[in-house]
Amino acid sequence: MRVRRMLIALLAPVSALVLAVLISSAAVLLIHKSPITTFRLMASFGVRTDSLIFAANEAIPLFVSGLAVAIGFKMGLFNIGVEGQYTLAALVAAYVGAVTPVPGVIRIVLILLVAMIVGAAWASIGGVLKITRGVHEVISTIMLNFVAFGITAYLLSHFLKQQNLRGDFVIKTKEIPSSGLIPSLNGLLRALGVHPPAGSELYGFLPLAIVIGVAYYVLVWRTRFGYDLRASGSNPDAARVSGVDSRAMVMKMMILSGAIAGLVGMPDLFGLYHRYTIDFVAGLGFTGIAVALVGRNHPVGIALAAFLFGFLDRAAQILDLEGIPKEITIIMRGVIILCVVIAYEVVRRIVQAQEVRAAAERMRLMTQEAESVPA
Amino acid sequence: MSESVPVVELDGITKRFPGVVANDRVELRVMPGEVHAIVGENGAGKSTLMKILYGMQRPDEGTIRVAGAEVHFRSPKDALAKGIGMVHQHFMLADNLTVLENVILGFEPRRGPTIDVAQAKERIEKLSGSYGLPLQPDRLVEDLAVGERQRVEIIKVLYRGARILILDEPTAVLVPAEVEDLFDHLRELQREGVTIIFISHKLEEVLTLADTITVMRGGRTVATVKPQDVTRRQLAELMVGSELPRPETRESTVRDDIAMSVHGLTVRTKEGRVLLESLSFDIRRGEVLGIAGVEGNGQRELVEAVMGLSPVVEGTIRLGERVITRWSTRTRRENGISYIPEDRQEMGLLLPSPLWENTMLGHQTKEPFARGPWIDADGARERTRLVLDDFRVVAPGVDVSAYVLSGGNQQKLIVGREMTADPLMLIAAQPTRGIDVGAQAAVWDEIRRARKLGLGVLLISADLEELIGLSDTLYVIFRGRLVARLDPQTVTPQELGSYMTGAHLEAEEG
Repeated sequence: MRVRRMLIALLAPVSALVLAVLISSAAVLLIHKSPITTFRLMASFGVRTDSLIFAANEAIPLFVSGLAVAIGFKMGLFNIGVEGQYTLAALVAAYVGAVTPVPGVIRIVLILLVAMIVGAAWASIGGVLKITRGVHEVISTIMLNFVAFGITAYLLSHFLKQQNLRGDFVIKTKEIPSSGLIPSLNGLLRALGVHPPAGSELYGFLPLAIVIGVAYYVLVWRTRFGYDLRASGSNPDAARVSGVDSRAMVMKMMILSGAIAGLVGMPDLFGLYHRYTIDFVAGLGFTGIAVALVGRNHPVGIALAAFLFGFLDRAAQILDLEGIPKEITIIMRGVIILCVVIAYEVVRRIVQAQEVRAAAERMRLMTQEAESVPA
Repeated sequence: MSESVPVVELDGITKRFPGVVANDRVELRVMPGEVHAIVGENGAGKSTLMKILYGMQRPDEGTIRVAGAEVHFRSPKDALAKGIGMVHQHFMLADNLTVLENVILGFEPRRGPTIDVAQAKERIEKLSGSYGLPLQPDRLVEDLAVGERQRVEIIKVLYRGARILILDEPTAVLVPAEVEDLFDHLRELQREGVTIIFISHKLEEVLTLADTITVMRGGRTVATVKPQDVTRRQLAELMVGSELPRPETRESTVRDDIAMSVHGLTVRTKEGRVLLESLSFDIRRGEVLGIAGVEGNGQRELVEAVMGLSPVVEGTIRLGERVITRWSTRTRRENGISYIPEDRQEMGLLLPSPLWENTMLGHQTKEPFARGPWIDADGARERTRLVLDDFRVVAPGVDVSAYVLSGGNQQKLIVGREMTADPLMLIAAQPTRGIDVGAQAAVWDEIRRARKLGLGVLLISADLEELIGLSDTLYVIFRGRLVARLDPQTVTPQELGSYMTGAHLEAEEG
C-alpha cells in the first residue's frame, strides 16, 4: 500500500517531466536543432561543480519565495506581491544592517528581522484591504508591487544611498561589514571533499532556508494553526462554521507570507551583493509563484522545483555558445508548469475514482457481513 | 390507450459511476398522457435515470425509445427536440430577469436583430391560459413565491416544446397548500395531453396523483404498480425493503433549567433590511425546540446568530446563565454548543481530507484533537474510530477521504462528532435532508438521545413530520418573526402550513 502510494505520488511529476521534455524537444526541432544535442549539452554543463553551486544559489531564494507563496495558497490566499515585498524588505534591511553599529551575529539577526518585518508590513496592506474593503488580494498585491518598486527607488536615491562616491554611477546603499554577513558554505564543501572552483561560493543561507522549510512543514501539518489554515483553504465555509475567524486568518496569513517574502532577497544580499543596489536581483517573487505551483505547496516539492528552475537557468548558459538560443529553457519552464498542473489534476482524479471504488467495495463487504450476522 | 405505444420506453438501462452502479438494467414504460411516478429512497437511482432520459448523461448500456423509435440523446437539446423537458428540483431561473425573459431565455423569438417581445408574450399567455397555469409575465422572478417560480419553470419547459415533462421532486420545496395547487396544475396539463414523469419519495403524494408507479431500489426498478392496487405500507416496503422508521418522541424529558435563551434577537443586513425581528424563546434542558418555516424566512440567519457567524444587532443570547451574544464562534463551540449544519458538504466537511481531520472540525482546539498548540493526530484517529463504531458510520477506515462516504454516512459522522464533543446545546439545521431512510432513523435516534441526556436542542427543519415527531415545543418562523407557538401533540400539517405561508394572517384580517 505504501509503495503504491509512493508510486502514485511520483506518477504526476515524472509524467509531467517526460511530457515537458517531449514538448520542448518539439520546440527545439522547430528551429532545426537536435533535441538530443541540446539536452546532452545542458546535462554535461549542468552537472559541473560550479554549475551545481550556481543552480543551488539560485534555488535558495526561489525556495524561500515558493514557501512565501505556498503558505498563502494553502488557505486559498494568493499573495502575488512577494516581488514587491522582498524588494522593499531587502532595501531597508540592507540599509539598517549597514548603518547600525552592532557586533557581527547580532547584525545578521537584525538584518533578517528587519527584512521580515518590512515584508510583513507591506503584505499586511493587502490583508487590511481585503478584510475591510473586500478588495481581492490578487489585485491589491499585484498593484502594491509597483508601488513598492517606486518607493524602493525613491528611498534609495533620496535617502538611503551611499554618499560621496566618486566615479561610481551605480546607486547603492552602504556595504554591510563582512562580520555581518553569513559566510559561504565552501568550507563545509571542502570538508566533504568537494572543491569548488575559484569564484564559486555556495550561499551560507542554505541551512537557514532548510530551517524555514521544516518550520513551514511543522506549522502547516502539525499545529492547530496549520489545521485551521488548511481547513480554510479546503472549505472556507466549513472552517468558519468550525470557529475559524476568517478575517483574522487572512491577516495572519498575509503577515506570515510577507515575513517569509521579506527573506527572499537575503541569500543574494548576504552571499553576493552585500548591499542593496539599483540592479539588485529581480523576478524572484514572480518565479516563486511558479515554484510553489510546481512544488504543490509542499516544502520538498518546492525545494525540487526551485532546484530544477535553477538548474535549467544555469544549464541554458552553454546553449548560446553552441548556437542554440538559450531561451529554449524558458519554453521548458513554461511547459513544465503547465504539464505539472495538468498531470496532478489527472492523477488526482484517477486516485479519487480509485479510492471511491475501493471504499465502495469494502463498504459493500462490510454491509454484507453485518447483514449475515443475525440481529 | 392501453394498446397504444409507450411514449417513453427504457430498456436495460445501465449506468456506472466510480464505485457504484447507479442504474442497473432499468426498465420503464410510460404511456402517453399518464402521470407516471418514480419513487425510491435517496440514492435509489431516480435522478440518474432522469438525467439519462433528459440527455444530461449517456447510459453505458440499454436503449431509449420515444414513441417507439430508438433515440440517442447527446444533450438536453436532443431530448427537447423529441419533446422531453425537465423541471429541476433546484430552479434554474435568473432572479433579476422577468418571468417572460426567463421563459424565452435561449429561445427568443426574433424580429430582425431584436427580440419580438410581443410575440413572446402572446405565446406565453396562450400557454398559460390553455394549461391553466396563471403567470404574470412582467414580474421579476426574485419577487415570486416558490410555487410561482415552479410554474415559471413548467411554462419554460412547455414553451420549448416539451410534451413529456419530468418533474424532479417538485414538492420538496413547497408547503402543503402549494402542493395542492401544483397537483391541480399537473392534472390540467394531463387533460391537455401532456405526459408527466413525477419523481418523489413522498408516498401520499404519489398515491394521490399518479396513474402508474414505478418503484426503484438500489439502482433497479423493482416494481411497477397501480395506486389502487397497493397500500401506503406496501409501497413503502417495496421502496425500502424493510420497515419504515418514525420520528416519534415519547415521554417528556424537559427539565426546569434553561439551556439556551434568546431574547429580543434582531438581525439586519448592512443596508438595514430586517432579517430577524425580536425573536425570543427559551430552550430548557432536555427539550427539543422545533422551528418550522418555509425556507428563506430567517432560519439561516437565526442559526448564524446563535452560532456567532453573523453580528447580532439587538438582543441577548444566553447559554445557561452566561451571556454569549458577543462571543466568537470558537468560544461558543468550546463552551458546549454543537452544530449540525444544514449543508453537510458545504459547511460541515472537508471532503478531500481524511475522516479523522473531519472529526476534528469544529472541535480542533479541544482534547483529544489538540494538545497545546499541536494537533494530536493519534487522538483524533482514536476518537474517529469511536465515532465510526458508536454511530454506525460505514467507512473503510479513518484515513480515507470524506468524499468516499455516502451522504447518510457523512451525516452520521457529523452527528457523531458533535455528540461526542460533550455539548450542552445541539443546533440541528435540516439534519436529515437528502439522506436515506436508514441514516434518517439514526439521526432521529441521536436527537432523541441528546434530549434524554439533558441537552437543549434547537431543531430547524423543512420536514414537517420530523418537526412534529421530535419537537417538545414548536415555533413557526415567517418573514423573520416567530408567528406562532404550537403544540406538536395536537397540530396538523395543514395548520402548520397555514402559519408557514402567512395564510393565517389573511384569515385573521379577512
